[in-house]
Amino acid sequence: MADYSLDYLGQLESEAIHILREAAGQFERPALLFSGGKDSITLVHLALKAFRPGKFPFPLVHIDTGHNFPEALDFRDELAARIGEQLIVRKVEDTIKAKGLTENKGKFASRNALQTYTLLDTIAEFGFDACIGGARRDEEKARAKERIFSIRNEFGQWDPKLQRPELWNIFNGRIHKGENVRVFPISNWTELDIWHYIRREKIDLPSIYFAHEREVLQHQQQLIALSPFIRIDEGDQVQNRRVRYRTVGDMTCTAAVASEAVTIDDIINEITATATSERGETRIDDRVSEAAMEDRKRTGYF
Amino acid sequence: MDILRFITAGSVDDGKSTLIGRLLYDSKNILADQLEAVERASRPQENGIPDLALITDGLRAEREQGITIDVAYKYCATLKRKFIIIDAPGHVQYTRNMITGASNADLVIILVDARNGIQEQTRRHSLIASLLQIPHIVVAINKLDLTGYSQQVFEQIKSDYEGIARNLNLPTVTYIPISALQGDNIVHPSANLPWYTGKPLLEHLETVSLLNDEKPQPARFPVQYIIRPQTEQLHDYRGYAGRITSGSYRKGDSVTLLPSGYSSTITAIETDGAEVEEAFAPQSIVLRLADDLDISRGDLVVKPDEAPALSKELELLVCWIDHKPLTAGNSYLLQQHSNRVKCSVQEILYKLDVHNLEEQPADKAQLNEIVKIRVRTASPLAYDTYEQLSSNGRLILIDETSNLTAGAGIIRAATAL
Repeated sequence: MADYSLDYLGQLESEAIHILREAAGQFERPALLFSGGKDSITLVHLALKAFRPGKFPFPLVHIDTGHNFPEALDFRDELAARIGEQLIVRKVEDTIKAKGLTENKGKFASRNALQTYTLLDTIAEFGFDACIGGARRDEEKARAKERIFSIRNEFGQWDPKLQRPELWNIFNGRIHKGENVRVFPISNWTELDIWHYIRREKIDLPSIYFAHEREVLQHQQQLIALSPFIRIDEGDQVQNRRVRYRTVGDMTCTAAVASEAVTIDDIINEITATATSERGETRIDDRVSEAAMEDRKRTGYF
Repeated sequence: MDILRFITAGSVDDGKSTLIGRLLYDSKNILADQLEAVERASRPQENGIPDLALITDGLRAEREQGITIDVAYKYCATLKRKFIIIDAPGHVQYTRNMITGASNADLVIILVDARNGIQEQTRRHSLIASLLQIPHIVVAINKLDLTGYSQQVFEQIKSDYEGIARNLNLPTVTYIPISALQGDNIVHPSANLPWYTGKPLLEHLETVSLLNDEKPQPARFPVQYIIRPQTEQLHDYRGYAGRITSGSYRKGDSVTLLPSGYSSTITAIETDGAEVEEAFAPQSIVLRLADDLDISRGDLVVKPDEAPALSKELELLVCWIDHKPLTAGNSYLLQQHSNRVKCSVQEILYKLDVHNLEEQPADKAQLNEIVKIRVRTASPLAYDTYEQLSSNGRLILIDETSNLTAGAGIIRAATAL
């Protein structure tokens, strides 16, 4: 008899495709939230597998903070053009102006929290009832608790105490008008699973994931790229370092890691040997408090 | 490499979260910054080890109360296997969250506090494991450090549990003496337990067999989504997208569509836009058929010689997971894979007593109670009993007015049409 078994990447892939198709089957107006990072790029790859030769039953939506890496934005535009799918971009900058929002101040002032306003406005503008995202449960302890279909109230808020039980692989996406669902097809993938999958599938990534020379500022053991969005103080030492990005968020709140990894194999070896988690190493926004992610999700964040 | 999904169950304070923390810690699956965060958050412990339960108790309310409220998923790997660890709450009021976790587990670790022995939650969780037919059961008798590592205590609890296992018809149960707090017998064998000759917990988890050596299962393919590009080149293309839930399909196979009963032939099986000769569970694929038929989401593609029966009268064993009680006469949406039909509850046949498994009369089911009910569906359901083919014999009941998932059900029997 033939070998009827799937290796772990095959299992994770099939599970993710199943979830994407459930989102397409259950919602009237879903959207795929695309950031230009490796997780959402993987999600797009999985969507191609789920829906080709048809078109995606949803647009790609990017909430642009205005602090993105230019390499990630270029990659985003190229990818959307190459696969011929609709890309909707909404800018945090515009929300700030229209609503008179107050920006964070400080050395690495982040627009992370303001993103939520633009996201919720975009959901309202297009009437999205589901937003598919590339969050993974291994990233962070609040995410470790979230369902694959995560129901949000009309303010986009997550209530961790009122989550719907999620049985087997049967998903209940029924909602009342105004509510929406966040759908996380790669919930069960780890950072290493993503990299092994990228290697197996030969998925293209923005260049900043690989080692390159960059002017950075060392701040409390983290390397922050020089950009117009951060404040350089007296005494700050700007260095030219060989770095890569382990995650791609805003330039103000994503740190680079010193690295010589130029191939995917190098990256896999580097992550396998590391003693620090992905977000711990690179995200300044999670360091605010013990429950920073839970608190943001409660206010409508992804 | 394969993946083992396992869940920890048992009563409050039996040490489920600590066990998982210990497993991750001793197998070096916690990274330095995560450990630092736990150290910052934990109160000083006697043995100088941080409060390992904080690794999985991630919500504010959980940390405040020192309990687990909802399921947390953790991921780790050894050289032999990858693990998805499901940390479930022990409180009765959060049983529904435990069921959420248990529904996808290959193995359950039922923790028992050596000082307290079998508790009501031990029985309830064992019953759930039995109903869900979780293939592997480990009873981990924990906190043996607090009973002087007594073999007698271990043997007594083991013998008590064997009674439960017999009543519930549980498959093979493995008993392991441990102390999650002290790290005895979790990853490394313990000098404190010289009388125990079996494997430490992690080694057991790494080596338990996941191979499905049962006979081949009948093929079931629920349609999730219909792909119709409607482009010039692919004008007539119609692909049925879904995930094979059991069995396998080959190009050229004759198939029957249910509930309509139409027949057709598979002309192509596609994955990733490329044709393959054959596909099997749990692959996500696209099927193309020779005939243009009226097929919609929720329909089932099967093979004619092993097709399931259709029914509108089903007997379900249901764990009620909504605060609003289940009442005979109420109607719900029944969702089986991607298929939703309306159903009404004709009768509550009995309520299962968790303590003695007695069937008691009931006219309502409250949160976390297990009842057997008879339902009538608005249209025919292509069903298998959970016992025969679990993937096609399980369903949820949705309250149409609140949209909440109100019941978790398995099909026990049905009157075929």
